[in-house]
Amino acid sequence: MKRLVLLGFVIAAVIAASPVKAVEPNEILEDPKLEQRARALSKDLRCVVCQNQSIDDSNASLARDLRVVVRERLQAGDTDKQIIDFVVARYGEFVLLNPRVNARTYLLWGGPALVLIFGILGLVFWFRRRGKIANDGLSPEEEKRLAELLGQTGTEGSDK
Amino acid sequence: MIPEIGQFALILALVISLIQGTLPLVGAAKNRTQWIAVARPAARGQFLFVITAFFCLMQAYVTSDFSVANVAHNSHTLKPMLYKVSGVWGNHEGSMVLWVAILAIFGLAVAEFGSALPPSLKARVLAIQGLIGFAFLAFILFTSNPFLRLDPAPLEGNGLNPILQDPGLAFHPPFLYLGYVGFSMAFSFAVAALIEGRVDPAWARWVRPWTLAAWCALTVGIALGSWWAYYELGWGGWWFWDPVENASFIPWLVGTALLHSAIVVEKRDALKSWTVLLAILAFSMSLLGTFLVRSGVLTSVHAFASDPDRGVFILLLLVFVIGGSLTLYAIRAPGLKGGGLFAPISREGALVLNNLLLTTGAAVVLLGTLYPLILDAFGGGKVSVGPPFFNTTFVPLMVPVMLAAVIGAMLSWKRGDIAAVLGRLKIAFIFALIGVGVTSFFAGTLKDVLAAFGIGIAAWLIAGSAVEIAERIALFKGPVANSMRRAAGLPRSAWGMAIAHGALGIMVAGITASSAWRVEKIQLMQPGDVVEISGYSLIFEGAKKINGPNYHGDRGIFTVTKDGRTIAALTPEKRDYPAERSQTTEAGILTMVSGDLYAVLGDKNQSNAAWTTRIYFNPLVAWIWVGAILMAGGGVVSLTDRRLRVGAPKTARQKTRPQPNPVGA
Repeated sequence: MKRLVLLGFVIAAVIAASPVKAVEPNEILEDPKLEQRARALSKDLRCVVCQNQSIDDSNASLARDLRVVVRERLQAGDTDKQIIDFVVARYGEFVLLNPRVNARTYLLWGGPALVLIFGILGLVFWFRRRGKIANDGLSPEEEKRLAELLGQTGTEGSDK
Repeated sequence: MIPEIGQFALILALVISLIQGTLPLVGAAKNRTQWIAVARPAARGQFLFVITAFFCLMQAYVTSDFSVANVAHNSHTLKPMLYKVSGVWGNHEGSMVLWVAILAIFGLAVAEFGSALPPSLKARVLAIQGLIGFAFLAFILFTSNPFLRLDPAPLEGNGLNPILQDPGLAFHPPFLYLGYVGFSMAFSFAVAALIEGRVDPAWARWVRPWTLAAWCALTVGIALGSWWAYYELGWGGWWFWDPVENASFIPWLVGTALLHSAIVVEKRDALKSWTVLLAILAFSMSLLGTFLVRSGVLTSVHAFASDPDRGVFILLLLVFVIGGSLTLYAIRAPGLKGGGLFAPISREGALVLNNLLLTTGAAVVLLGTLYPLILDAFGGGKVSVGPPFFNTTFVPLMVPVMLAAVIGAMLSWKRGDIAAVLGRLKIAFIFALIGVGVTSFFAGTLKDVLAAFGIGIAAWLIAGSAVEIAERIALFKGPVANSMRRAAGLPRSAWGMAIAHGALGIMVAGITASSAWRVEKIQLMQPGDVVEISGYSLIFEGAKKINGPNYHGDRGIFTVTKDGRTIAALTPEKRDYPAERSQTTEAGILTMVSGDLYAVLGDKNQSNAAWTTRIYFNPLVAWIWVGAILMAGGGVVSLTDRRLRVGAPKTARQKTRPQPNPVGA
């Protein structure tokens, strides 16, 4: 079912004349701290020619270019935020796998909390209404009906 | 000739499904016995013709009949037989034929084994099944005909994407569709019950086995897909929150909620209208999943708009099925009177919490999956919703589900005593604390501390399920023989639940450990070089050329040693499939209880004859799939419970019938 990932592979294979794999040994930075930051950043950046793959996982040449760019910026001393801003300025917010909170994504980021709150409110409301029905006691007609029913089940034996 | 027979069989099945979808429905409404009686032979006929079509298509694949366009586009003479057979459903048209074939099998099962069902309910269930079949058969015949001919026929086919030529993936779609289509049974029962205006414990008892069977199949299907991604895609990831994965995960979440709420209907005659709604939603999400994957809408909204035939058809189908059933629900559900009352702290209350969180989780995954499409369709531009979104929104919702799973299983019905239950769970709590303590002892970062809580939750689930069973069989509280006797007498559904909840714990441990403590080494290696990883030494012995039936490539050989002793050899491969003009990587994997050693062979560096190699240690990763399979196993054990066996509903019905609680009365 990962056909779309596969489609990404196919596209990647077409674009890259000689396929390269995710993170090549020659890309790795010597400073392990910087390399760790590079990996963390790459995991949240989307490979723009693939289907839902991060540049860290992708073997497309475009992903490789972006990985190298991230590492160059890191070596130049940029902060994580500066690098993300730099990449977004070049490729747009589409490249962020972790979308920023702004007018376009309020509903996305607020949605889960909204659903949960509505669910809880609905439950509370439902429980309170049930409780009220249970505590209100019975109307005279209901009492009568109950007596009838009790009489009925009484003859059939209790159903426990 | 044979493809024409298949085509003709599909047309006959279409006509029969229309009859099956209409006459019994009218017959049940007007109380015409003869019209009702049409349902059974129609279901048999639909089965016969759809299965005929399915095997006609398979025949074309097995004999490589390239005059059939579908075969020519998706098969190849050199392909191994297994993949010729699985090639039938490895493409759009064929997978739709598999879909209706499974639907027809389920329809036949109701027709043949549903003798305990009231005739009108059975007729209505079969009629709804017939209508679903009609819609999908029409979809196949008008937009996705697998039997179209090519003239002249090509000498050779295009082949199947080599990455799909894999035993794990060969069986992935059938299991997934068993799950999707299995939920259609719950759906048909729900719609039939809404038409009848009656939902009672007996209804839940009929719906539960179908839902449970579908859920088990879907669990296995998703696990197979994730396992395949793990060993085939070559970087050791097993879940990507990819829309295609989410499309199968959303129905699974709703189906899991349905499984739990149906228990409340069955045991306590409560939550009826909610359970009916879940049954409708579970199948709606299955349809939505099919739509998302099949319409091309995921690649781009614009791709969908430029080739709209299939997409528009499925979209209309979705609107009709979901809209229609929800309208019926809106009209009929208010008449479904709730039965047993219960306090918030009770077994029912815990199951309600489970339902709240699971459906919220499903809604969150749905939101994250559809958001980019919706935003783009409304001109809001492109946005990506990736793993970070799901990890921060979905995972926190599942934590309380898992904590409550253990407690809820031990609460009594109607009104529970949570303090007493927590007291009885002391041992499980101690295990959870040990889990957190031991792992956070080694923790260095915040991520490690979070992972320690993941291990704690896993221990809580496993130990809690064990405590639950130990209490019920009075283990250590009397003679062992007594406990053994109690264990044998314990309902299968109790065992099933404990196994499934414990299995969830195993899975959580695997997910946590493999995500948090994965070790990776990427380097250039020449023959004789050694990589040290997590206490193992991998010696690169070099690579040699290999030739397979329809591929050629390179195979690297690593000798794995631990403490100076050789324990295994890993042989990752890089394959080239000339017919399909594409490459695959086959990881070399050594699976151990403590974790997987995972080796990938990269490219050869031309200048110094060194190979790029990627070595990973994925701690506890196999626990994920062992857990998933055990979880489905728990479902199967529960399915063998006396109560749910065929024929058992008969006695149940006699018991519940005299109660004057028909809905809407």
